[in-house]
Amino acid sequence: MSIRRTFATAARVGKQLSHDHRTMGLILFVPSLLMTLMYFLFENNHQTFNAIGGTMLAVFPFVIMFLVASIATLRERTGGTLERLLALPISKLDIIFGYALVFGLLAVLQVSIALVVSTMWLDLNVVGSVWNLLLVASIDSILGVALGLCVSAFARSEFQAVQFMPALVVPQILLCGLFVPRDKMADWLHAISDFLPLTYAVEAINRILKFETVDDVFWRNVAIIILAAIGLLILGALTLRRRTK
Amino acid sequence: MSAISIKELSVTRGKVHALQSVTFDVKPGTITGLIGPSGSGKTTLMRTIIGAQAYQHGDVEILGKPAGSAQLRKKIGYVTQSPAVYRDLTVHQNLQYFASIIGAKKNQITSLLERLDLTRQRRQLAGDLSGGQLARTSLAIALLGDPEILVLDEPTVGQDPILRDELWKLFHELAQQGKTVLVSSHIMNEAVHCHRLIMLRDGKLVANTTAVELQKRTGSRDLDDAFLALVRRGVAS
Repeated sequence: MSIRRTFATAARVGKQLSHDHRTMGLILFVPSLLMTLMYFLFENNHQTFNAIGGTMLAVFPFVIMFLVASIATLRERTGGTLERLLALPISKLDIIFGYALVFGLLAVLQVSIALVVSTMWLDLNVVGSVWNLLLVASIDSILGVALGLCVSAFARSEFQAVQFMPALVVPQILLCGLFVPRDKMADWLHAISDFLPLTYAVEAINRILKFETVDDVFWRNVAIIILAAIGLLILGALTLRRRTK
Repeated sequence: MSAISIKELSVTRGKVHALQSVTFDVKPGTITGLIGPSGSGKTTLMRTIIGAQAYQHGDVEILGKPAGSAQLRKKIGYVTQSPAVYRDLTVHQNLQYFASIIGAKKNQITSLLERLDLTRQRRQLAGDLSGGQLARTSLAIALLGDPEILVLDEPTVGQDPILRDELWKLFHELAQQGKTVLVSSHIMNEAVHCHRLIMLRDGKLVANTTAVELQKRTGSRDLDDAFLALVRRGVAS
C-alpha cells in the first residue's frame, strides 16, 4: 500500500464527483428530506417520530451510501479503467481505500446535515449526546460504503448491483429491531440478526436516544461496526482481480 | 535478448480456444503489427502480454520476466480498444491521476498533450471529446512514465488520415528511442508501417513476416489481397 497512491485515488474520485453536481446534491440532502417527510408523517405522534426518526438517521445514509458506492466502483469496472489501473503499480487496497476515504467523508457530511436539520427544525429529541449520535450514524454510513464496495465485486452489471440492495440491505433493516424488537423475534431470526451489522448501529442509537450516558455495550457496538466496515473493505480489495481466466 | 518472447502459448476462455500454440519473438526497438480479422485473438494476446489474461499453456516472457510480474507494471503501457479513460474527468485530470500512480513527472503531461494534439482539449471533460480525441487521451496515459513496451490495441481507429500519419510517426520515434511497440489493427494497409507482422486467424499464427515479404510471397501488391491469399492457401494445405 502507498499513502500517495491512496490519496491520489481519493483526489481523483473527489474530482469526478465535483463534476456531477446532481449526485452531490442527492447524496448530501436526500436523508434530510426524508427525515422531514417522516416528521410530517408523524406530526400528531411526535413520540413515534422520535423513536423511528432517530433510528432512520442510521438507516437512510446506510442505504444511500451502499448504492452510491456500489455503482461507482462498478462503473470503474465496466468502463475498463479498473483493468488499466490494475496493470499499473498500484495496490488493490489503494483503490478501495481511496474510494472509501471520499465516500466516507461524504457520508459524514450527509449525516451531519441530517442531524442538524433533525435536531434544530424537526425537534428530534436526543437524551444522550448528539456527538455520539453523529459518530454512530457516520460509521454506519461508512459501513454502507464498505458493503457497497464489497458487493460490487460480485456484480457484473448495474442491474445486478441494484438487486443487491433488496438482497443484502432490506433484510438488515427488517431484522435490526426497528419493526419488531429483537427479543420478540423467533430465535432463528434473532440469531441471524446477531450477524447483521446494522443491528448494532440501531441498538447503539436507541441507547443514545433513551439514556443520558453510554455504557460498555454502546462502545462494543461501535467497535463491531468499525471492524465490520474494515473487514468488508479488505474483502472488497481481495475480490479485485489483476488477471482474468 | 527479445523484448517479448512467446512460446507455445494457448489460452482458453470458457469453451473458446482464443489462442492456440502461438510462438513468436519481438526484438526491442521495433514496431510489430498484430494483424487479423476481429475475433482472431489479437486482444487476448495483448491482454496476456500485459498480464491481465491467465493462460493455460506455454511461456510468455516480457523483458526476461514472466507476464504479469509486479516489476513489469511500470514498464508496459497499454491502450485498450475502447478507451479506458474517466469520462467524468477532464483530459488533464485524467493524465494527472495516472501520472501520480505511475510516478511520472508533471512536465511530461504538458509535452504529451502537445504531442498528441490535445492541448486545446485539456480542460474538457473526456466524455465530451470526439472518438479520436478520446483514443488519443488514452494513448497519452499509456505513454506516461516512458514505458519500455507499448501494447496498443487498435490505436488508429477513428483518427483522420492526418492524425493517423502523425501517430505512426510517433510510434516510429518511440521505436528509435529503443521502445518496443506492439500495435494491433484489422486494417491491412497499416501493416506497411510495421517492421514485422504477426498475422492471426482463429487464434492461430498464420504468418510471422514483413509487408514486403508478404507481397512477394503472395504476388499481390494490395495487403488486403495478400492476407486473403495467405489465409486461403493455409486453408487449402
